[in-house]
Amino acid sequence: MNARKTWLNLVALALSAAFLFPVYWMFATSFKSDSQVLTRDPVFFFTPTFEHYSTATGVNLFWTYVRNSLVVTVGAVLLALAVALCAAFALARMRFRGRRGMLLAVMMAQMAPWEILIIVVYLNARDLSMLNSIGTLVLVYFVMALPFSIWTLRGFIAAVPKELEESAMIDGCNRGQAFFRVIFPLLGPGLMATSLFGFILAWNEYAMVLVLNKAPDAATLPLWITQFQTNFGNDWGATMAASSMFTVPVLLVFLVLQRRVTGGLAAGAVKG
Amino acid sequence: MTVDIEEAPSRPPGPLAGGPRARRGRRLPTGWVPYLLIAPAVVALLAVLGYALVRNLLISFQEFGRRQLISRTTEWTGLDNYREVLENDRFWDSLVRTFVFMAVNVVLIMVIGTLIGLLLNQLGRAMRLVLSISLVAAWAMPVTVSTTVFSWLFDTQFGVANWVMRHLGFSGYEQHNWFGSGLSTLTIATLLIVWGSVPFVALNLYAGLTTIGGEIYEAARMDGANAWRIFWSIVAPIMRPFFLITSFLEIIWVFKAFVQIYALNGGGPDRESETLPVMAYIEGMGQNQYGTGAAISVLTLVILLVAMSFYFRLILRQEREEGLPTQTATAPVRSGA
Repeated sequence: MNARKTWLNLVALALSAAFLFPVYWMFATSFKSDSQVLTRDPVFFFTPTFEHYSTATGVNLFWTYVRNSLVVTVGAVLLALAVALCAAFALARMRFRGRRGMLLAVMMAQMAPWEILIIVVYLNARDLSMLNSIGTLVLVYFVMALPFSIWTLRGFIAAVPKELEESAMIDGCNRGQAFFRVIFPLLGPGLMATSLFGFILAWNEYAMVLVLNKAPDAATLPLWITQFQTNFGNDWGATMAASSMFTVPVLLVFLVLQRRVTGGLAAGAVKG
Repeated sequence: MTVDIEEAPSRPPGPLAGGPRARRGRRLPTGWVPYLLIAPAVVALLAVLGYALVRNLLISFQEFGRRQLISRTTEWTGLDNYREVLENDRFWDSLVRTFVFMAVNVVLIMVIGTLIGLLLNQLGRAMRLVLSISLVAAWAMPVTVSTTVFSWLFDTQFGVANWVMRHLGFSGYEQHNWFGSGLSTLTIATLLIVWGSVPFVALNLYAGLTTIGGEIYEAARMDGANAWRIFWSIVAPIMRPFFLITSFLEIIWVFKAFVQIYALNGGGPDRESETLPVMAYIEGMGQNQYGTGAAISVLTLVILLVAMSFYFRLILRQEREEGLPTQTATAPVRSGA
């Protein structure tokens, strides 16, 4: 039994190393000096330097990228939350013709192959003179995040016992008040799962912004990461420094919230 | 994400109308209020997604190149684009490549993910935490970043992969170019996608496994079942919905994977690593053949739709038959494929 335990632990250790290595290598490279990065045999022990971080943050318009990324992410998430809450409430609590159709449409839209629609979205944006605009990006990311948000919130709203709402209404609330005073406060985990999804989507998105916002001052951080790889050679140190900085917020969110969100998602799913 | 589609609220609204006031407050609006509530969502989805889908279809029937892009004229050509695409060997190569690529990836993701999920269930507390953290870290990596990191790992001159190969005693890895052929490029894309997707399967499977009580294993072991038997007779049937839904999601996700392949090597060398989504993009954006690109998109969409319809049928049937909420949240909260 004990030999088996040791074996399992060894396998787990090897797997951990395999999954962690690319992440580790990204951080390690970002702290090496150029001569340690560009070697035939990799250097494993070194004194960290921050030179690549100053290169990466020192590029033109760096703060514009940061601001754009923040605006796009926050804007898309808030819009998706607001619009999805309305739709989710109707889908979870009201009966109306076309409800089933709407549910199916949301389900389909959730799987929408945006990767294949990049060109058309580009052409549409061009025809409407909406290229190189942060607003367009907010709109597109909002719609990308919307189906998942509706679906998730609908599950959470349906999980709130109707009796709670009813008693509030007996006590004199109207439908809207009952929603905001009774259901809304109970939606915490659902709102968190939804915002997390939207955040990751909008923060990480690369293909759309690459095509839609070619103008440097409308770019977001994912484009910043790739700008150190040029035809004249790659500045791997700066690329890895940019990648590290870009990843840290996502990594933190995942590590802190993963448990609660998987729990939240499960709770949303298992409402029956 | 929940994968349950439940019927319209099964309870009649009767008991809800607890008091006269509630009844009055409720009956009137039900007519138009729900429509008002879903209107913004419907409008947004139609305007951005719906319009894109329709326009994509329209463009696929048009001659749409650089000239039409600039002059903003419309030239209908009927099925010419489709004919051109279907007569192009490159399309068929791409199609076969896409399916093989998808099959290899999905099988690897499901097998490795399942094994790691089972392993997590067997480990002690400390080791489980270590492995989970590593998995979450890989899972959290944004696709752009992981693609960039992988092209650094496999860099020709300074990549750590060549160093590892040399140290393992392989010859020919002095400045080996990992992106020198389509197969090699797609192998690295596979490594990248599998690495990024396995955590999703493993962690969700583990979450599902924790809901299975220990007694059932105990009983099976008393009856003399070995691990293999326990997996196939207990774990697999209980987790069947999870396996079905996860594999379908992975099929759809890998099928439309774009950034991983495009950003690694731009579909190259010599367009040898193009899968359908990458090909549609390169034909359209790279060659300014928007009509052809759109035709490839439409064909890809049709294939995807078939896969998706199986997925939806599966979910709907499961709902109906078992009445069970499909256990695991198939949360597409993932940065991978």
